[in-house]
Amino acid sequence: MSAKSILEADGKAILNYHLTRAPLIKPTPLPPPSTHNPPAKLASIKFEAGDDINGVLDAAEAQFPFLLAPGAKFVAKPDQLIKRRGKSGLLKLNATWPEAKEWVAARANKAQKVEHVEGHLRTFLVEPFVPHPQETEYYININSVREGDWILFYHEGGIDVGDVDAKAEKMLIPVDLSQFPSNEELAAGLLRQVPKGLHNVLVDFISRLYAVYVDSQFTYLEINPLVVIPNADATSAQVHYLDLAAKLDQTAEFECGAKWAVARSPAALGMPVGAPKDGKVSIDAGPPIDFPAPFGREMSKEEAYVAEMDAKTGASLKLTILNSQGRIWTLVAGGGASVVYADAIASAGFASELANYGEYSGAPTETQTFHYARTVFDLMLRAPQHPDGKVLFIGGGIANFTNVASTFKGVIRALRDVAPLLVEHNVHIWVRRAGPNYQEGLKNIKAVGKELGLTMKVFGPEMHVSGIVPLALVPGKWNESIKEFEG
Amino acid sequence: MNGSLTPQASLSADDNIKRFAPVSRPLSPLQPHTLFHNKTRCFVYGLQTRAVQGMLDFDFICKRKTPSVAGIIYTFGGQYVSKMYWGTSETLLPVYQSTEKAMAKHSDVDHVVNFASSRSVYTSTMELMEFPQVKSIAIIAEGVPERRAREILHVAKKKGITIIGPATVGGIKPGAFKIGNTGGMMDNIVASKLYRKGSVAYVSKSGGMSNELNNIVSQNTDGVYEGVAIGGDRYPGTTFIDHMLRFQADPECKILLLLGEVGGVEEYRVIEAVKQGIITKPIVAWAIGTVAGMLTTEVQFGHAGSMANSELETANMKNKSMREAGIFVPDTFEELPGVLAQIYQKMIKSGQIKPAAEPAVPKIPMDYNWAQELGLIRKPAAFISTISDDRGQELLYAGIPITDVFKENVGIGGVMSLLWFRRRLPDYAGKFLEMVLMLTADHGPAVSGAMNTIITTRAGKDLISALVSGLLTIGSRFGGALDGAAEEFTKAYDKGMSPRDFVDTMRKENKLIPGIGHRVKSRNNPDLRVTLVKEYCQKNFPSTKLLDYAIAVETVTTSKKDNLILNVDGCIAVCFVDLLRNCGAFSAEEAEDYLGNGVLNGLFVLGRSIGLIAHFLDQKRLRTGLYRHPWDDITYLLPELGKGGAPGAEGRVEVNVQ
Repeated sequence: MSAKSILEADGKAILNYHLTRAPLIKPTPLPPPSTHNPPAKLASIKFEAGDDINGVLDAAEAQFPFLLAPGAKFVAKPDQLIKRRGKSGLLKLNATWPEAKEWVAARANKAQKVEHVEGHLRTFLVEPFVPHPQETEYYININSVREGDWILFYHEGGIDVGDVDAKAEKMLIPVDLSQFPSNEELAAGLLRQVPKGLHNVLVDFISRLYAVYVDSQFTYLEINPLVVIPNADATSAQVHYLDLAAKLDQTAEFECGAKWAVARSPAALGMPVGAPKDGKVSIDAGPPIDFPAPFGREMSKEEAYVAEMDAKTGASLKLTILNSQGRIWTLVAGGGASVVYADAIASAGFASELANYGEYSGAPTETQTFHYARTVFDLMLRAPQHPDGKVLFIGGGIANFTNVASTFKGVIRALRDVAPLLVEHNVHIWVRRAGPNYQEGLKNIKAVGKELGLTMKVFGPEMHVSGIVPLALVPGKWNESIKEFEG
Repeated sequence: MNGSLTPQASLSADDNIKRFAPVSRPLSPLQPHTLFHNKTRCFVYGLQTRAVQGMLDFDFICKRKTPSVAGIIYTFGGQYVSKMYWGTSETLLPVYQSTEKAMAKHSDVDHVVNFASSRSVYTSTMELMEFPQVKSIAIIAEGVPERRAREILHVAKKKGITIIGPATVGGIKPGAFKIGNTGGMMDNIVASKLYRKGSVAYVSKSGGMSNELNNIVSQNTDGVYEGVAIGGDRYPGTTFIDHMLRFQADPECKILLLLGEVGGVEEYRVIEAVKQGIITKPIVAWAIGTVAGMLTTEVQFGHAGSMANSELETANMKNKSMREAGIFVPDTFEELPGVLAQIYQKMIKSGQIKPAAEPAVPKIPMDYNWAQELGLIRKPAAFISTISDDRGQELLYAGIPITDVFKENVGIGGVMSLLWFRRRLPDYAGKFLEMVLMLTADHGPAVSGAMNTIITTRAGKDLISALVSGLLTIGSRFGGALDGAAEEFTKAYDKGMSPRDFVDTMRKENKLIPGIGHRVKSRNNPDLRVTLVKEYCQKNFPSTKLLDYAIAVETVTTSKKDNLILNVDGCIAVCFVDLLRNCGAFSAEEAEDYLGNGVLNGLFVLGRSIGLIAHFLDQKRLRTGLYRHPWDDITYLLPELGKGGAPGAEGRVEVNVQ
């Protein structure tokens, strides 16, 4: 859902393809281009754990012929939503292909720490190196807010650009595009510090960039540096976007999916056209857009399993493992309630012990609930025992239409499967749930808790949604006068 | 309603239908702070009958005079009215295919609950906003592209329309109006006393948490005055401040409750309004998502908008800023009910709130489906099925999941044994059934069934008509030899008649023996199909007593005439009886039952359908035209009318054989 970051390679491919194609909102000072951009030179090289690294690099050579152009120089960098790569030494500039290859091979599939996050380097981007003087670097950023889209422009760029929020020239483009500023207004609003001779080129570029931003439904786009190399008499210039970060609106896939795909088709990337290797038929002219997980957040097997279940049903099943060794686990129904539980656990002082974030909602079937619960329980019982035991919250808000008794059947089945381990790991179970037929659901789970000899406390709607969290975690909060669900 | 009714909505004499007259005069204009009241009328966009029923149930327990839903707009159309419950009686809601018609018919409607999908909600909302009578729209869909959501809210702002959503359950005004599925089942509504108004108005992002707020408010105060869930997207049509300002302006609302969330900056506009003295009523508030800052990795919580892009957008900063502005912010969400109760009690003491007398708890009839799910009621079913079940995760044939049917590769014969006989038959039996289908599949274009199919096809009719016209010829004369043969041979065999006695008896009774005789084939020129069946059964069946009997009968008949052989129909029939009786899967009664029910005819119909469809396709392929039988192939013999004859007997046909 919502705004999602994309790979730099994909962002650049979309720009390269659509800059001349996206419908302009108003005519620019330059005549319309007679040709479209040549295919983008973007070698996106992906490794998976266990891959033969040289084999992948050799395959890339075949896939991207521009890598073998004689005398060509390249930039190589990881393409995994990592910020400030230059500062972390993750940028190889002005390299021949053999040098770039060696540089990538030395890092591919290796663990890397960037600031506080550790992850594996799996995706690299190799593209032509553009030599340019420092003063041709600019900064541009477009981002969306409620009232419209801000365009930020600064006449200096590069990694040391500093606090652009404070110093860049800014213009708000209203949502209603009939109020799009004129060329003069754009130049006056954004380009005051730029030599006059470049105005036409830059107004043309910014107008086209914004047209792509609208047409392909970006929600964020930053180019730094944007390199503008003027010709001899400074009447026009070449524009290069060297480093780019972007987010697309994932929900607009049904409107823009084809545009995102065609820009990344083999033809648009200058790849030798042939039948796709896997023989798969994709729905558009190119591959579907990829929304990579943030650096260092590769999905575990269990998370991937839940994500796969989630994708196959109308119900919502989410699981993120925060700390697999943590002693506090949650099995919470409902998106809002799951956040409230995490809040409560953190404010009780147990943020570092919180093992998972997740939720199930939207009326999952008994079987789906069972598999989801089993996954969480397995993870909880796989971690070593803790001297203080573990805490499991089977929580949730007041359901709208879900029959609580029937989803609890799935939870109960999972509890039965692991009952001896729950006792062995000294798991304290706290239950709170309400909604249609909750009485039956709570009665059943309570009876099962007793039958299996589990440490369990059960509450209904008289208890605050996350009220069981402080009772379970904060010493002194629990006392025998607090009434449990009676059944 | 003089339009035609669809069968689904057809009425019977004992239906208990309540009809509502249209409003006689326009309502007096509303206060600007009133979005909903107990005369609010709305359309529901999309055929969401469960949501509409929920709204009508709510209206009923709130003792509204008229339902809040004036009609349903469903552009895919087809249905003209939808039958709904109004308490225990029923009412009819019009279903309109065009928004324009709906608006023209119901000038009193000023709200629309838009259930259109994320793909179509932009167009439909833009269309709805063209009508000046529309004052507010609730957009339920999740996943509306952010650009489209902003375009909608931009237009809405220009036209002064209140948008609730997207990605929301809606909102509720106790005792007056409920948007769509807000509050969930009636049990929840009654438990949180939403059938009458209280003094606390809330606005939250999450629709799921609004149930929790209803619960908290009803337990700690005199109840909810109004509640709105603005939706979890980045760009909700209206935000906290829009509704907080309405609540401030509404004299009946005494306490304001705000449930914010990490992400976005909309809470700060409420803080601004408090600081400037625009909002003066007490506000209790909390922003959820305080955990976000304490986790080492970034987690996208449930809502699209719940991601902090700056310090300002974190829940902790919001809570801190709200507290500093004088808003009542508890230390944790768990302490919110206590804070709310304190403020309420204070206002009771100071006389600012005077709780109204508690009305009786209304009863709402329980829905049949729900009562059944809870196991509270039972009723005899009108239909019983014992062969297949499509309700579970997997389709079942006689209890066997469809994946197993394929895994075990049971073939068509195996599927037939599951569905026709509700059991797995031995492999050789399945093969035999398949063999029968293959042998009966076609017998050339000249037989009557194929002829009918061909003629019907050539008349330009469709596949089903052509197939059925051929099948309808199957009976005792055409294709019926199977059943007849099985019956006669079995009867004779069971009576213990010797083959010769059997043949003699039949002759004495002047009856042909079904299954005996062929036009061209004879003992010396055997029918290879018969040989195939005979050999297969003799090799695979545990016993072929009836087949042996039939072969003995053949010996008798062929001694009279060479072509009186056991034909393919006779052979299949007796082998099938042998199968039923001896494969061990059927009791003697079951075997007789199946035979008596015409299962052999079933085999023929199924097999021959293959051939009839083939003839249809063949004729289509050949593009043959309409068939007309030549005159010279018909003998015309007509009565000679008008040429005398006694009165009343003019029509008699005189047949003159020349």
